[in-house]
Order: sequence, then C-alpha cells, then structure tokens
Amino acid sequence: MSALLELEHLSVTFETPQGPVHAVQDVSLTIEGGSIVGLVGESGCGKSTLGRAILRLLPENATVAGSVRFAGRDVLALSPKEIRDLRGRNLAMIFQDPMTRLNPLMRIRDHFIETIRAHNPAVKSGQALERAKKVLADVRVPSDRLGMYPHELSGGMRQRVMIALCLLFKPALLIADEPTTALDVILEAQILQLLQSIMHEYSMSVLLITHNLGLVAEFSDRVAVMYAGRIAEEGATPPLFREPRHPYTQGLLRSVIDLETTSLYSVPGEPPSLLGETAGCPFYPRCDKRMAVCETVYPEPRLVGEDHRKVACHLY
Amino acid sequence: MPGSTASLRAYVITRVILMVPMLVLLLTFTFIILRVAPGDPVSTIYGERGNPQVIDRIKTELGLYDPLYVQFFRYLRDVFTGNMGTSILTQRPVIDEITSRMPATIELTFSSMLVASVLGIGLGTFAGTRRDRLPDFATRLYGALAYNIPIFWFGLILKLIFAVWLGWLPVSGRFSPRLSPPPTVTGLYTIDSLLAGNLPAFVDAVAHLVLPSLTLGIVLSGFFVRITRVNVIHAMGSDYVEAARARGIPERSVFFRHGLKNALVPVITTMGLTFALLFSGAILTETVFSFEGMGRFVFLAISYRDYPAIQGAVVYYGILMVVISLGIDILNAFVDPRIRY
Repeated sequence: MSALLELEHLSVTFETPQGPVHAVQDVSLTIEGGSIVGLVGESGCGKSTLGRAILRLLPENATVAGSVRFAGRDVLALSPKEIRDLRGRNLAMIFQDPMTRLNPLMRIRDHFIETIRAHNPAVKSGQALERAKKVLADVRVPSDRLGMYPHELSGGMRQRVMIALCLLFKPALLIADEPTTALDVILEAQILQLLQSIMHEYSMSVLLITHNLGLVAEFSDRVAVMYAGRIAEEGATPPLFREPRHPYTQGLLRSVIDLETTSLYSVPGEPPSLLGETAGCPFYPRCDKRMAVCETVYPEPRLVGEDHRKVACHLY
Repeated sequence: MPGSTASLRAYVITRVILMVPMLVLLLTFTFIILRVAPGDPVSTIYGERGNPQVIDRIKTELGLYDPLYVQFFRYLRDVFTGNMGTSILTQRPVIDEITSRMPATIELTFSSMLVASVLGIGLGTFAGTRRDRLPDFATRLYGALAYNIPIFWFGLILKLIFAVWLGWLPVSGRFSPRLSPPPTVTGLYTIDSLLAGNLPAFVDAVAHLVLPSLTLGIVLSGFFVRITRVNVIHAMGSDYVEAARARGIPERSVFFRHGLKNALVPVITTMGLTFALLFSGAILTETVFSFEGMGRFVFLAISYRDYPAIQGAVVYYGILMVVISLGIDILNAFVDPRIRY
C-alpha cells in the first residue's frame, strides 16, 4: 500500500489580536490507502484545525507551513480552482454538528444536485437525482427525504445525508471531524458502523477526528494522540492501547472509566495556552515523569519499540 | 410549498380578522390621548382673540361639551358605519382628504424603501464581505452618518444642490403645473401615467419623486447597511457555508445561494418593521418638498387639534401597517421553509 495522505512538518498559526496562536505545530502523519486513522485529543488541541488544513478550509488569518501531499499532489500549492475540484470529489469532510451543516433554505435534493453539478456541470438534474438516490440507499436514507428541507430531518438523518453528499464522487479520503459527538449513543454506533461498511464498499480511507478514545479503539487501524498542537504518540491501534508509552497517552487511557474499580482518573492540570512561543515539552507541567531536560528541550518524535511507534518524549 | 398554502390562507384570514380589535384599541388610545392633550380644535383655530360666545356655540355644535364616553361611542359608531367624520379645519369629509393624499405618501414611502434597500443591502453586503478592512470601515461610517442625519436638514441640502444650484430636478411638488396629470386609476402618478401610456408625465412624476425619496431612502439605508452587514458576516461564517465549501461548491454559489440568501431572511423581516419609521419620516420629507401627501395633512391636523382628521389618519396608517407586515410575513414564508403559519 502506498501513502494516500502525507503531512510533513505541518504547522498552522492563527494571527489574533492577542498574538500568534500555534494551533498545529510540526505535525507529520501518514494515512495509507484503505485505512482508518484516529486522531484523538482534548478540545482545543488542534485536531479540527489539522483536518481543515488538509482541505484548506482555514480562515484568512491562518498561515500554514510544511507540506500536505494527497495522492502525490502538493495540496498547499494547488490553485483555488484545483483545490475546489479536489474538495468533495477526492477529499471529503463531514463535521460535528449535522444540525447546522445543511443550508436551511434548500431542499435535500438541491444539495445533491448542486454538489454533483459543481464538479460535473453537464449532468442533468434528473441524472443527478438518480445518483443521489443510489448513495442515499447506501447510507440507508429513504429517497422520499430528497423532497424535504433540512429542518424536517432528525440529527441522525442529517448526518447520513452529509455522508451521502461526501460519497457522490467516491472520494479516496474522508475526514470525519467528530462525526457523532452531537448524536446520542445509539445513533453514534449506527453512524460509525455505517462509515465502516461504506469505507470498504467505496475503498475509502478515513481520518477520524474525535475526543472519544473508545471510538478510536474500536474503529481505527492507527491512532495519533495530539496534545497542544503536536502529536505526542502515534502507532498501530492495538499495541498503543495495550502499552501506551507517552505519559499523556497513559494518562488519557487511565481516565477512561474503569468499571471494576469504579474510580475515575483524570490527568491533573490544564492544557497549555497555544498563544505565543513555547520551549520544551508542552506536557511538562502536567507530567508525572518529568525531568529537567523536558522544561527546555522539545522531545523530537522518534521511533520506539518493535511496533515502530512514534513517541515524542525524552523517556525514550 | 404545496402543503402549506391552506395554512397560509388561514393565517392571513386570522390576521385580517385580528385587525378589528387592533383598530378599536388604536382608536381608543388616539381618542384618549387627543382629549388629554391641551387645547381643542375650535379654540386653536380661532386663536386667543376669538369671540368666546362663537367658540362656545361651535363647540356645542361639535358635541365637544358632551361627556367623553358619549363622544367616544358616537365616534366608534360612526367609524363602523363607514363615516370617518368631517375635518374641522377643511370642512371636507376626512375619508376624502385621506384618499386624495394617501397615494402620494404610498408613492414616496415605497420609492424610499426601494432606495434604502438597494443602497443598504448593496453596501451592507459589500462591507460584510470585506470585514475589518478599509471598505468595511468606510461603509460603516456611511451607515452611522446616514442614519443619524436630520431628515429636515438633509432634504434642504439635497434640494439646494440638485434643484437650486444644478437645476437638475424640480424643487418641490408632485407634478409640474404645465403638464396635465394622468387620469386617476390608482392615484399614484407614476403608475397612472404608465397605464395611460403618457411617457412625459411618467418622467415628470419620477423626477419629482427623486429628491424626496433619496432624502428619506438614504437616511433609512444607514439602518439597512448595518443589519445587512451583520447578517452577511454571520451567514458567511456559518456551518453550512463551510460545509458547502468542503463539498467543492464554487465560491459564487457559496456566496449567493448559501450566504446572501440566508442573510436576507432577517433583513426582509426588519424591512417590514421599518415601514413605520418611513411613515413618520415621510411627514418631514413631505413638508420639506411641499409634497402633497398624508404627511402635511397630518402635520396640520395635529397643529390645529383636528380630532376627526387625526383619528382618521391613525386608522389609515394602522391598516397600512397591518397590510405591509402581512405582506412581509407571506414573503418570508415563501423564502424560508422553516416559517409556517
């Protein structure tokens, strides 16, 4: 398998009135074709920014450094026309809150017709609707929903519609930014199972951005744990969950409810502010294994152990 | 919206029926406020040196000495039998005074609304899509200035520049005395002249409308600039706009179909509310440009405490406001599928 998406030393900085905010710093990550990669971290750690940077959906006050290569193409160097063509066709994205992601003034059918025509203006609306019906069937949405307006659908239905809109052109990679956070637990399982089965059907890779460790453990092939804009640890899912190496990952895994002891651990302290320059390891103030070197020198990620896990920690 | 036409009809009928209690309330308040306010029509018209016996006699004839409730119910009974009374000042039936003047005011307010919405929505969109940059600051400054400019002063300045100095437009009035007005169909000179196929009359009517509607329209556009700008910024930053971009929708469609269309829904709603503002602004504008509409009539009626005239005017404004806001509601229901009645 070849690398579908390669991020190299990707950094995103937002210019704000308070100063530059380093939302993503020096992230290198590879997604192979046909795999699900989970990107986990606390709120505000930069994981959604990372997802948007790949599609170049960031606001104007963001500067992106490093490189994003998608199927061999340098995404950051594409013209506006080329990136627009890539979006929705080869690279698709679904978002956290399906309730607000569809245009309230447009019928569902018009969302489909618009998206198909955006990439293929020659298609007649009748043909477009036929195609819409096919993908809707794949995400188990009855085709009578096409005539409805977004507010007439439930949250789960809307997320399925959003997924169907992404599937129209069989994209190679789907970025799913907290796709189930706004849904209840039963819907969450349904949507993720749907994503999993569709992924195989459409031979599509998924970057699953979430704060939910359980989802990642269950659905992803590889995991990247993000902390304060950087990747702390990255590797294949089973060994990483079995034997977490980075103290932050260890803390995260301990903070999942343990039903046997009924105690709930939480990583002490707060994530650092991403405003301004920082030296040393960002996890240093909260780390229970910190050393003198951690305060001043950032630990460059290195490959550790037999499973070739990348860990950014001075312990290794 | 095929399924909802019936419910929309029910809504319209309900609103029309609700107009009756609303008008009764409106009349009651106007009646009370007028009687509480100092002065009465007869003394005001005759002035301080008027013969007290004559004033007394006329006041008795007009029934102004009767108990208030008697006057009130007599008036209500008249109104509901279609008799709005006679203007004390002009001695003509109030209904005639109003129907002969209302078209001028309608012509003025609607053309002002056109100016205000084209300018306001255009500039507001321009500013909203260039947030915090120089064009945005300039447009916001325009908005603040326009909205706070006194209508009286602004009308006079426009008149001075374009009518007096440059001589491009007529100084005042609704129509040139050298032309004969078109036969009355709607009472609106612009529409009647078009109906009659009389192009010179149409051009003349429009030329007379330009300065008054620019005066009123520019002042009101300041309000529209602000509300459009905010809504455009809000809509362009919305989740569905980002999602549309993520699907590769061209930026033009993102802007018009997703951004602007959604931004205009609240703007349309406010447009309805602003008509009330327009009617009061029209009184000043009509006075500046000697534009013979309701404004000057109301101004004189209030000055002379012409009770029947004021009450009649209030009823007409009330009905007009209900009709306009009903129109806005219907328009909104067609634009926004979430609005159902």
